[in-house]
Amino acid sequence: MAAFAVARSRCVLLSGLKASFKTFGQVKHGAASAAVAQSELQQQSRRWYSVSHLSVQERIDRKRNAALIGGGQKRIDAQHKRGKLTARERVELLLDKDSFVECDMFVEHRCSDFGMEEDHNKFAGDSVVTGQGRINGRLVYVFSQDFTVFGGSLSGAHAQKICKIMDQAMMVGAPVIGLNDSGGARIQEGVESLAGYADIFLRNVMASGVVPQISLIMGPCAGGAVYSPALTDFTFMVKDTSYLFITGPDVVKSVTNEDVTQEELGGAKTHTAVSGVAHRAFENDIDALLNLRNFFNFLPLSNQDPAPVTECHDPSDRLVPGLDTIVPFETTKAYDMLDIIQGITDEREFFEIMPNYAKNIVVGFARMNGRTVGIVGNQPKVASGCLDINSSVKGARFVRFCDAFNIPILTFVDVPGFLPGTSQEYGGIIRHGAKLLFAFAEATVPKITIITRKAYGGAYDVMSSKHLRGDVNYAWPSAEVAVMGAKGAVQIIFRGKSNQAEQEAEYVEKFANPFPAAVRGFVDDIIVPSTTRKRICRDLEVLASKKQTNPWKKHANIPL
Amino acid sequence: MITSTLRRVLLVAKHASFQSRCCVASSRVQYSTVYDSNEKTFDKILIANRGEIACRVMKTCKKMGIKTVAVHSDVDASAVHVKMADEAVCVGPAPTNKSYLNMDAIMDAIRKTGSQAVHPGYGFLSENKEFAKRLAAEDVVFIGPDTHAIHAMGDKIESKLLAKAANVNVIPGFDGVVENVEDAVKIAGDIGYPVMIKASAGGGGKGMRIAWNDDETREGFRLSSQEAASSFGDDRLLIEKFVDNPRHIEIQVLADKHGNALWLNERECSIQRRNQKVVEEAPSTFLDPETRRAMGEQAVQLAKAVHYSSAGTVEFLVDSNKNFYFLEMNTRLQVEHPITECITGLDLVQQMIRVAKGFPLLHKQEDIPINGWAIESRVYAEDPYKSFGLPSIGRLSQYQEPINLPKVRVDSGIQEGSDISIYYDPMISKLVTYGATRAEALQRMEAALDNYVIRGVTHNIPLLREIITHPRFISGDITTNFLPEEYPEGFKGHQLTSEGRRELVATAAALYVSNWCWNIECSNEMTLWPPWQVEVDGVTVEVSGEWNLASALLPVTINRTPRVLQCLSRDAGGDITLQYLGTQFKVRVLSQLVSTLSAHMPEKVPEDTSSILRSPMPGSVVAVSVKPGDVVAEGQEICVIEAMKMQNSLIAAKAAKVKSVHCKAGETVGEGDLLVQLE
Repeated sequence: MAAFAVARSRCVLLSGLKASFKTFGQVKHGAASAAVAQSELQQQSRRWYSVSHLSVQERIDRKRNAALIGGGQKRIDAQHKRGKLTARERVELLLDKDSFVECDMFVEHRCSDFGMEEDHNKFAGDSVVTGQGRINGRLVYVFSQDFTVFGGSLSGAHAQKICKIMDQAMMVGAPVIGLNDSGGARIQEGVESLAGYADIFLRNVMASGVVPQISLIMGPCAGGAVYSPALTDFTFMVKDTSYLFITGPDVVKSVTNEDVTQEELGGAKTHTAVSGVAHRAFENDIDALLNLRNFFNFLPLSNQDPAPVTECHDPSDRLVPGLDTIVPFETTKAYDMLDIIQGITDEREFFEIMPNYAKNIVVGFARMNGRTVGIVGNQPKVASGCLDINSSVKGARFVRFCDAFNIPILTFVDVPGFLPGTSQEYGGIIRHGAKLLFAFAEATVPKITIITRKAYGGAYDVMSSKHLRGDVNYAWPSAEVAVMGAKGAVQIIFRGKSNQAEQEAEYVEKFANPFPAAVRGFVDDIIVPSTTRKRICRDLEVLASKKQTNPWKKHANIPL
Repeated sequence: MITSTLRRVLLVAKHASFQSRCCVASSRVQYSTVYDSNEKTFDKILIANRGEIACRVMKTCKKMGIKTVAVHSDVDASAVHVKMADEAVCVGPAPTNKSYLNMDAIMDAIRKTGSQAVHPGYGFLSENKEFAKRLAAEDVVFIGPDTHAIHAMGDKIESKLLAKAANVNVIPGFDGVVENVEDAVKIAGDIGYPVMIKASAGGGGKGMRIAWNDDETREGFRLSSQEAASSFGDDRLLIEKFVDNPRHIEIQVLADKHGNALWLNERECSIQRRNQKVVEEAPSTFLDPETRRAMGEQAVQLAKAVHYSSAGTVEFLVDSNKNFYFLEMNTRLQVEHPITECITGLDLVQQMIRVAKGFPLLHKQEDIPINGWAIESRVYAEDPYKSFGLPSIGRLSQYQEPINLPKVRVDSGIQEGSDISIYYDPMISKLVTYGATRAEALQRMEAALDNYVIRGVTHNIPLLREIITHPRFISGDITTNFLPEEYPEGFKGHQLTSEGRRELVATAAALYVSNWCWNIECSNEMTLWPPWQVEVDGVTVEVSGEWNLASALLPVTINRTPRVLQCLSRDAGGDITLQYLGTQFKVRVLSQLVSTLSAHMPEKVPEDTSSILRSPMPGSVVAVSVKPGDVVAEGQEICVIEAMKMQNSLIAAKAAKVKSVHCKAGETVGEGDLLVQLE
């Protein structure tokens, strides 16, 4: 609107920045998408001992070249037109330049029904690209489904390729990243395809807690196929071009008579905000892959690997003066927990997981003095930061990931309790809340807890309290560790009595402060908020050598 | 290439210097006045204000050995002025009429703390004669002029009559209160357009409107009287001739209770938006010594005519022929007083306190020098891209004043972590630089603006930096219409030259690559060091700098020119937001591969904004003029939002039918909130 047009800061989009750097000439990435492994394809060695009229070398070259263009140029163009990149382009973007080592380029499907055995229906490598490479120099196994070959559908061979790299990843201890873009099962192969899914599922389960597994949904992913991403540690999606659902809109219409679009049923928005199936969504393929590279930097390679430590530019003893005033005087007034988190982390960086789902709890990764940490914080800005079903499950899953992969957990507590009400009780808040309790209690990684304000009732116990083996538990001067807020407490203790205002004041004086917890040793110290970063960095240094084991068991029985 | 061991050593050194820089004492104004400890003034002063001016007054009180009492609203309980004071009293909830304008509570606070005097700062109760009277009744000294002078000068109509009588030049206009809308139209016609409609009790641009025709007079009358009523509790308006192409130059006067009065030279305050000052300087490039003396003497005549004591300001409009007209007299300490302090060496607050106690002035007119040049930029939490500045709110997540630079003075009342709320003035600070010459002061201002770190709220540094580097401003050829004349389409930020573009792009690329190097460093012994030779559009740009990616400031040397940029954000996708020459630029750095593949990425369709009306700022809804089903014409008022005491009329961008209304009068709305949807 002309009257108050928003003049944004200038947006300079450099689509073709050409920067060359004298000190380091290799910065320029190769431009051609089909440049992979071409250097080996020298034509000079023609040896004529083959029985075929073509030399083996020529056949190799031919197959390799065929594999590089997948389903052919027409389908590649169609893929691009949909705003999607090809399987190989994605791998190239995800991995360091020239680091991809492909595996099973010559594998073909084995189906012989419905004319599938004909030559023009055989594609070198079938509908998935697999191999290993490096992200910022660190090893990773990757599979990237190729939508240009039979819509990326999963054949027995396709599954076998995925299983092969997963087995290897487990063996050497490196994460697995899946780039999903598949129409589903290869119907022509029938049960073989289903078996393939199951083979992958089994490996997903076996690898769970051994190596990090990440799924990036970059196209459709429907039916049984959805369970592989669901079993992995993190599922990311691309906005507008990716979908996850058990059954598509047509089947939904015929079964439940609901009219729903693909996007509404299983788009990125649905899964990141409503269902909690996906952990984050990105604008497009490129954005997603570059962010995935960034995310990967936080993760250890396996459960045998310590959390990665990078060189840190941010002084570990930096004071954060803004934290001294962040908690408002009125206990009912909200503030943004993200302000605290960004204030203390290295370079204010925080990779939030599930930012749009169960926003009353904040979880994500950051670094403290270069060391990866997982951060869990109640968010007073949303629903007063209470714990409900969704936030408990979100928190629990994150805590368990950190514990499985040696990532220390920082917990910021400002929780008024569990959310009351029939919908919560009928939904099983008891069972779901127990998951978060379980996760914090069983975790043996370094656990540092900071109570910024409220820590009421059972929720206090749950949030990585001293009683659940918290290693270092701090309170800010604004902390109130109590069974409940003053008003409610006074109504119970002095039921029916007059001068409740006076009693309330007494209760506030007694309990609405950090002392009751501090005198009992339930918090180790009451700290000045601006020194929080300094204290945590120092504690993490000390706790780096923490060793704690749970009693032997086949596995625990978390209340699912 | 340096080995990684050596790099670690360098890193340690870098951190050490970072730490020590924080300890460097800030350089402040050197006052020539002596703080005579034998001259007994008051034991305890209550400062009936908040923010920077409260802090400013307390600083002088501390030097004079006077105890200070702060008053504050409940949301200000942890504000800087409260921490700085010896005592603090809460005087009510956040809205100003319940706290800082709450005379009963402030009187209680005075009694409770035993304060002997009150400094009112500016705004709030500073020109409220009722307050001055109540203080007098309880024998508490009001640090400011007598009730009589406040009364005489506070009323624009009476002040004009007085000025006329004191032989001060005045603007032709109507000398009386305007009765109603039609009266306003008639008077405006008599004086001749353009006319200025303003609140009789007003100040600070509130309740002021310029009208060029009858329709605008009607609209202006309505809005101004509403604003005047809500800001000053007095909706009387007056109309006068609007002087076209004027300069706003004001004379600082200082008078005591013994009939002595001085003029402390002028302040050039022509750079304004919506009649509010943005950049001020002292002295003015425009005045010759004769005009200066003539203006000074008239100002002193007026002060003497009303038996003025304390510091005050006589505002003049000066036309291109150096004719000057009396505008009004502000009977308080002005916001922009620091520049006068810089060039005269006087501590005006100290002088006010002395005068209030009854001491005579120690200076003679010939003792008042013009030492060098001082410039003040008002740093506001405002979006300069919306009508040169609409208020924004937020929490200062990072805040660092450039007080480590020489000859820079920052008057502020906030700190990192402070909230800029909708309740109070959105001013962050007054940034003052001074030097022997104007060019020196301007150069320091440039550096100070570049080194000023403000994160968490939108601020007007882009606009300030553009103004002070604008060739027309540098030449001194300015009027109060400078901003609308130079930016007729609205302020759009710094416009990059091709060289500037290259510098920006090269820096962004170098930043991207060094970040990339740090990432791979953990697994790779490859080390890369600046300077980077970046080829942009066939031209090589050399970029170097000791970069700390965690620091808010990014000092770089580009083609041997030192510059300070700020990196506001960086993300994994290659988007980098840099503050370069004051303006924020979004740069996307892509590798060749990403750049090639980007061609395939779909364009995201932005929301159609012509049919939705969103609140351009946080504030409260005063009135909604439409209901669903109404048909509105293009430009028709849809609703009025009040923020920071300014009423903003929001209009329809196109003729359409109203689909839905999402707000109602009295509601508080946030920036970007949907107000009305058109079909």
